[in-house]
Amino acid sequence: MTKRSWLLMLLMLVFLSAAVVGCSGGEDDEPNNSEDSGETDDSGDTTDDSDSGDDESDSSSDDGNSDEAAAGGNTLVYARGGDSTSLDPITTTEGEAFRVTENIFEGLVTYAVDSTEVVPSLAKDWKVSDDGLTYTFELEEGVTFHDGTDFTADDVVYNFERWMNGDAEKYPYYTMFGGFKGDENHVIKEVTAEDDYTVKFTLNHPQATFIKNLAMSPFGMASPEALEEKGEDFMSSPVGTGPFKFEEWKREEQIVLVKNENYWQDGLPKLDKVIYTVIPDNSARLNALKTGDVHVVDGVNPSEVSSIEEDPNLKVLERPSMNVGYMGFTFGRDNPLQDVKVRRALSHAVPKEQLIDAFYYGQAQPAKTYMPPSVAGYNDEIEDYEYDPEKAKQLLAEAGYENGFEFDLMYMPVARPYIPEGQKIAEVLQSSFAEIGVTANIDTIDWGTYLEEASSGQYDAFLLGWTGDNGDADNFLHTLLGIGSGSNYTGYENEEMNDLLLEAQRITDEEQRIELYKQAQEILHEEAPWIPLVHSTPVVAVSANVSGYTPHPTGSEAVTHVELSK
Amino acid sequence: MTAYIIRRILMLFPVLFGMSVLVFSIIYLIPGNPAQIMLGQRATPEAIAEVEKQLGLDQPFYIQYFDYVGNLLTGDLGTSIKTKGAVAAELFPHLLATVELTIVAMTIAIFIGVNAGIISAWLHNTIADYAVMVFALVGVSMPVFWLGLMEQYIFAVELSWLPSTSRTNALTDVNPITHLYLIDTLIQGEYAQFKDVLRHIILPSVALATIPMAIIARITRSSMLDVMKSDYIRTARAKGVKGFIVVYKHSLRNAVIPVMTVIGLQAGLLLGGAILTETIFGWPGLGRYIYDAIQARDYPVIQSGILVVATIFVFINLIVDLLYAVVDPRIKYN
Repeated sequence: MTKRSWLLMLLMLVFLSAAVVGCSGGEDDEPNNSEDSGETDDSGDTTDDSDSGDDESDSSSDDGNSDEAAAGGNTLVYARGGDSTSLDPITTTEGEAFRVTENIFEGLVTYAVDSTEVVPSLAKDWKVSDDGLTYTFELEEGVTFHDGTDFTADDVVYNFERWMNGDAEKYPYYTMFGGFKGDENHVIKEVTAEDDYTVKFTLNHPQATFIKNLAMSPFGMASPEALEEKGEDFMSSPVGTGPFKFEEWKREEQIVLVKNENYWQDGLPKLDKVIYTVIPDNSARLNALKTGDVHVVDGVNPSEVSSIEEDPNLKVLERPSMNVGYMGFTFGRDNPLQDVKVRRALSHAVPKEQLIDAFYYGQAQPAKTYMPPSVAGYNDEIEDYEYDPEKAKQLLAEAGYENGFEFDLMYMPVARPYIPEGQKIAEVLQSSFAEIGVTANIDTIDWGTYLEEASSGQYDAFLLGWTGDNGDADNFLHTLLGIGSGSNYTGYENEEMNDLLLEAQRITDEEQRIELYKQAQEILHEEAPWIPLVHSTPVVAVSANVSGYTPHPTGSEAVTHVELSK
Repeated sequence: MTAYIIRRILMLFPVLFGMSVLVFSIIYLIPGNPAQIMLGQRATPEAIAEVEKQLGLDQPFYIQYFDYVGNLLTGDLGTSIKTKGAVAAELFPHLLATVELTIVAMTIAIFIGVNAGIISAWLHNTIADYAVMVFALVGVSMPVFWLGLMEQYIFAVELSWLPSTSRTNALTDVNPITHLYLIDTLIQGEYAQFKDVLRHIILPSVALATIPMAIIARITRSSMLDVMKSDYIRTARAKGVKGFIVVYKHSLRNAVIPVMTVIGLQAGLLLGGAILTETIFGWPGLGRYIYDAIQARDYPVIQSGILVVATIFVFINLIVDLLYAVVDPRIKYN
């Protein structure tokens, strides 16, 4: 008895004290907390200084805390839905990794802040030979890695040698440069250091997207010394040349970056510290922004946008659209969808505007072709299959399916900006097809299986989408519809169009390339291997005092220019 | 007693063996390829085949299983496919995060649940009894994710009393020793941090406590009602023992055994099953760790995660069984 009652007493005590401290904390902190949110929302460091006695009593208890409070004035907290898997950008294709590594690493070139135009980064200038086979880069001088070593041409060679000698498990390098060293289609023949600050790339064959590829997040320059020293650990303690240095990573919790005091671009970055924290639930993440716990949240539900816009403490930033969501028809199966008339009929049956109103809350535009308008080569002359169920029925009758038919339509189990609610969108498509007498059986399966089965042609039709990697038309048309491309999920094979795409890959004249891509889109429009659905505009929500933040079309951006105003 | 404990611990092995075979088989049978998930939408079939080979996924099921068990025996919980880190090292902080949340939640659940059940039985068929039972019914039926979001909305967004997510303020850098932040901050004398950590744990632990609290209240009530009808209680009352003593001393002790069983089971459940709460409150716990691993088909993490949860579950039940003897001396283990 005594033992038990002691136990109970103890539990009671713990609980009561917890409740008391918790409540009192809650009450004192009410003003403090709103100042906290004031600090994040509109006031900045000044409130820190003027912070009430409550905070003084906190900070008097330990030095570290007051330091942090001071740093708090210029610390950005960025909340996202999932943790990164790796912080060595070459080892991954995942957006949550790039979002962080963009701050730590820099490539030879980079994208302009709001477009995919290529601008200088670690290379201040470059020359391309007339045959498109030699690229000579002149590097910035006086750049150092976070570990203090100088950045020189040899380091560029080291990084490329590391990637070119890798394999598919280690580095997705091959997806952009045609393979690894020794592979038939490998683009890069060799990389040599001409002198300390000049690097020469010799290619096996011209690659139109070469320079755009180099600007992608994976191809950031890592410190060779740190790579040697850390080995496998490099992916959890990266060392680059970027505006922020890696400090700490608590998995599933947060990644902390601090200002690189020796950054080669004067006056940057403007923040002292950036913290990437993980809040998986969309609503909970937005709650954290509203309470002022965080300054930036991504993955905002389109349905929440209007409520954020109404809140004076918050702002909505639009990410320029560089994606396409589509319904794909799998080729080589035994079903009526193999008939182009049927595919066109279904194309006429989809009310894209209605989908956009219902699931994107206006944060999207209907897609009439296979790549987004922001990418050079977009064919604006194409006229979409207008929504016209009567015409659809007529086409079905012509194809001999006046009584309709059945097919399986798979929808994605995960939310992506281009398909935020797979199931609901599939349901609308289902009822639209039902109107013209076609029965779509909708279903889903886990994401890994979905990709695997879609790519091996096991579905009649499926929903999927794509966000561009490098802002080039090739990255949409050839990647998604070219013969033999790993991401051609429909298995669509059209020699004529494929030849146009291959030609466009190897010439460097932009005008000519654009012409080829426009032709390719005309063929695609006629053949209708997909029903292109939408180009969506993902949004990022920030506190009103965050300025200088520009969401990039590729989906990841450094926060170099971000400031927290007072 | 010692023999009993040893016997129980030995029983752990067949349980874990069965568990691991089961988990291994299920993962093997369901579709989904870790290589595909790792490589994503850009993967070529050759690349996928190559990665499968490197991960040993092209080996037959039983070879993969024996490799895994072989490693387990050397204390190696495997290497995560996704992060390439050692599972044991990655799992530990997550486990402790969940343990901390569970302890606080169970403390709340037990304290309120047991007392509510007692009051309900004591004041049987009164308004108080009905009120407790209605609350218990609501508590059992309330979806945790909804409760969590409502808590956030009311106490964090509207009232600004408490923070809405995570274990600490992003600026509070707790230096982990035990990974139980409440204890870590106290040991290090970081009282401001302790307060911060405590404020963060309140909302998720209350959300997590709701269901066990309701279940405990109901079991306590019915168990107490049985005991309070027995002769010795009537005798005690007849002798003029005060109501409070009768209830808390004479009755509770005999009524507490089924309650303890339920508490043990619930605590075990919370350890493995707090995924929803952990997701909504951004709590980096074990449930979310395993859930993410399932999403990513990260076999080694799934296996080891489940084994760890199973082991803890077995141990909690062992502890509960041993406590029976402490509470009720008539129970002997021989």
